[in-house]
Amino acid sequence: MDLSFGPEYERFRAEVRDFIESHRHLAPNTMALRHKSVLDWQRLLIDKGYAARTIPREYGGAGLPTDILKSFIIGEEFAAARVRAGIGGQGIHMLVPTLLELGSEEQKRQFIPPTLAGEMIWCQGYSEPGAGSDLASLRTSAVLDGDEWVVNGQKIWTSTAHLADWIFCLVRTEPEAPKHRGISFMLFDMKTPGIEVRPLVDMTMERNFNEVFFTDVRVPKAQIVGARGEGWMVANTILKNERDTLADPNQAQARLNSLVELMRSETIDGVRVIDKPEFRDRLMRLQGRALANRFNDLRNLSNRLGGRADGALAQMIVKLQGTELRHDIEGLAIDVMGETGLAYGSNPYLRDKGSWQYQYMYYLGLIIGGGTSQIQKNIISERGLGMPREPRPHPA
Amino acid sequence: MEFGLSEEQRLLQASLSGYLNEHASLDRVRRFADNTTDKANKTEARARDIEQGLAELGVPALMIDEAHGGVGLGTLDACVVAEALGYSVTPAPFVANAVIAPLALRLAGSEAQRREWLPKLASGELVIGAALAESAGARVGAGVTASRGKLTGKSLFVLDFEADVYLVGDVAGGLTLVSKDASGLTRRRLETVDRTRPIGELVFDKTNAEPLPGASRTIVRTLLDHGRVMLAADTLGAAQAMLDKAVAYAKEREQFGRAIASFQAVKHMCAEMAAQLEPTRAFAWYAAHALDETSQDAHLTACHLKAHVSEVGGFVAKTATEVHGGMGFTDLLGLHYWFKRIGFNRQMLGSPERLREEAARQFQ
Ligand SMILES: Cc1cc2nc3c(=O)[nH]c(=O)nc-3n(C[C@H](O)[C@H](O)[C@H](O)COP(=O)(O)OP(=O)(O)OC[C@H]3O[C@@H](n4cnc5c(N)ncnc54)[C@H](O)[C@@H]3O)c2cc1C
Repeated sequence: MDLSFGPEYERFRAEVRDFIESHRHLAPNTMALRHKSVLDWQRLLIDKGYAARTIPREYGGAGLPTDILKSFIIGEEFAAARVRAGIGGQGIHMLVPTLLELGSEEQKRQFIPPTLAGEMIWCQGYSEPGAGSDLASLRTSAVLDGDEWVVNGQKIWTSTAHLADWIFCLVRTEPEAPKHRGISFMLFDMKTPGIEVRPLVDMTMERNFNEVFFTDVRVPKAQIVGARGEGWMVANTILKNERDTLADPNQAQARLNSLVELMRSETIDGVRVIDKPEFRDRLMRLQGRALANRFNDLRNLSNRLGGRADGALAQMIVKLQGTELRHDIEGLAIDVMGETGLAYGSNPYLRDKGSWQYQYMYYLGLIIGGGTSQIQKNIISERGLGMPREPRPHPA
Repeated sequence: MEFGLSEEQRLLQASLSGYLNEHASLDRVRRFADNTTDKANKTEARARDIEQGLAELGVPALMIDEAHGGVGLGTLDACVVAEALGYSVTPAPFVANAVIAPLALRLAGSEAQRREWLPKLASGELVIGAALAESAGARVGAGVTASRGKLTGKSLFVLDFEADVYLVGDVAGGLTLVSKDASGLTRRRLETVDRTRPIGELVFDKTNAEPLPGASRTIVRTLLDHGRVMLAADTLGAAQAMLDKAVAYAKEREQFGRAIASFQAVKHMCAEMAAQLEPTRAFAWYAAHALDETSQDAHLTACHLKAHVSEVGGFVAKTATEVHGGMGFTDLLGLHYWFKRIGFNRQMLGSPERLREEAARQFQ
């Protein structure tokens, strides 16, 4: 074990910290897509190499050499300062890494720069009414007609589809092939005729996700990433990315810090909640879990650096443990506030803009989305622990 | 020895469930929930049709003695009703109006007050809300003081807020009745996650109030305990509904070419919910019975019941949502109304931590 990052990295950490302190007034206080303050902040971060760090300059990134430790330090420092480290979203977290790995040169040039800049918003069209956990059974079809694919079918739970410019989508192009081999990874403009987006209200009462219907949507033949019929493999190279971004231990730590502040300021019969043993104990349990996740993250980081082979399980548990932890942190905050914790919407007693109730529900959504906890446990037991699969009546 | 509901109680439950299935459907609940937060269209602060239906079934009259126009039943009967109301996330006053207020009048009111208020409560002509949250732990500096028949201060999280009259607990253990139109009273509806039950705050500025002469801290505690058992029973009903929905959905929904109910992971989620939930039913009956009998352990059981059912309810709310996958997270099946109602009950009149601390005082 050697836990020092070394003087070079400590200097780098100090630089990042200085930058955040001297620029935090520029950080946007909105998450609104395409908002000028958001785009400006993103440009500044890319210029400084704090966002899109290792993505080549010709694709709109900072073009710096890969240095996992530096990226890690950036993530840690921005989270600790509770300043947004640039734009997130499925375009940046999922599509960009996919294109970098498997996209054609033309696709990289066309799509990566505007996506990184926050000017091209994407949605992820995977799930269908009949294909959730069993994603590979998806039925949206694409049939080649001359130089174009003709897409028909329906997606559901498509986050941000109502705001997105483009969609990356899984469609069945080879109906005769076994179900995992008949899928292609397709990109198309959401303004193409034949697309209908119907927003769905979720339990937070927001309209974040949608049903998306395709009727004879015509897509240029070249807008497939990877080879025809290899979409399942293409999608899987990045599903892991999605799972990790849903469970960032730095964000959990930042949230825990906010929770401590809340417990210092909330009182019951005049006594600060942080001084009440029963709440302190719950807080400490969560801190313990957060520490475990954080060190597990460091171990995963180290494994990626050194290419060790003993860490498969440590990686597999990240989404399960991380989303459950966040849900529980948000839940404790509600209990800390008691009846005021129920405040929502227009309620004048709302604390922290109502984020605790909202995130409590939202993280239940993330426990389900991106592969449910039960599916995570199947993966852990089958791939991690080598246990046999459950018998399947219809072999894939 | 017979531990269980009587024939009459089972009938009461069945007739109430029958009524609610038909008249407090999810569509009806949605209409109420949507209207109450639509500021332009405050047409439906109360679901009067449901309130009237419940009045015809004798719900608000349940705990009121026959001499004052009531049905003369007890806490266990009310517990059965609360469970049914929770099962349908019924948007109607109950805990304050049909349980706490009549009991307060019975235990602390004068005969003249009982004659004045109880018949109107029983017929459903009048709704009484309860401002007792501060007696179970004061938040953000709230609290009400009484001096020479006038109230000053603030009470938050008033149960059955859309009422004509409020039962107010003050810091000295006194209880008073305040008309909603009293001068010096400001009322403000507070939005919460749970849209099925209106709560709000009352701000008093030398507001005229009518004291209940027999009030005491012991009586306030008894009122709180009744409220706790009712909220717990409501959670029990709501959690049972979520479990039933999860089981039904799991049998229907297919993935990987089979019903998800055939995956052991899903079966075990459902079995775990059932295993935790089922014993709370007997627990609730006993806690209600203990209040009926004013048993020694009534307070202890009420605290434990609400703390425990809140934890179990929270587990069921989360797990049943998970069984539904993405569908559970949306508004499409309305599952979140149950989820949020369980969350609401958890915080009102004492959160689990608070109640366990109160229960632990038995060892002092
Ligand atoms: C907040 C949120 C955002 C989302 N955003 C997107 C998006 O942008 N794009 C997109 O394409 N999708 C999105 N999704 C969809 C998400 O990926 C699916 O909801 C998820 O994969 C589960 O599928 P399902 O909803 O069909 O549930 P189902 O697969 O029907 O699952 C129902 C239940 O059965 C269990 N189950 C199923 N199969 C098994 C098994 N083999 N073993 C044990 N248990 C099993 C599940 O764990 C679950 O408890 C989002 C979902 C949420 C909640």
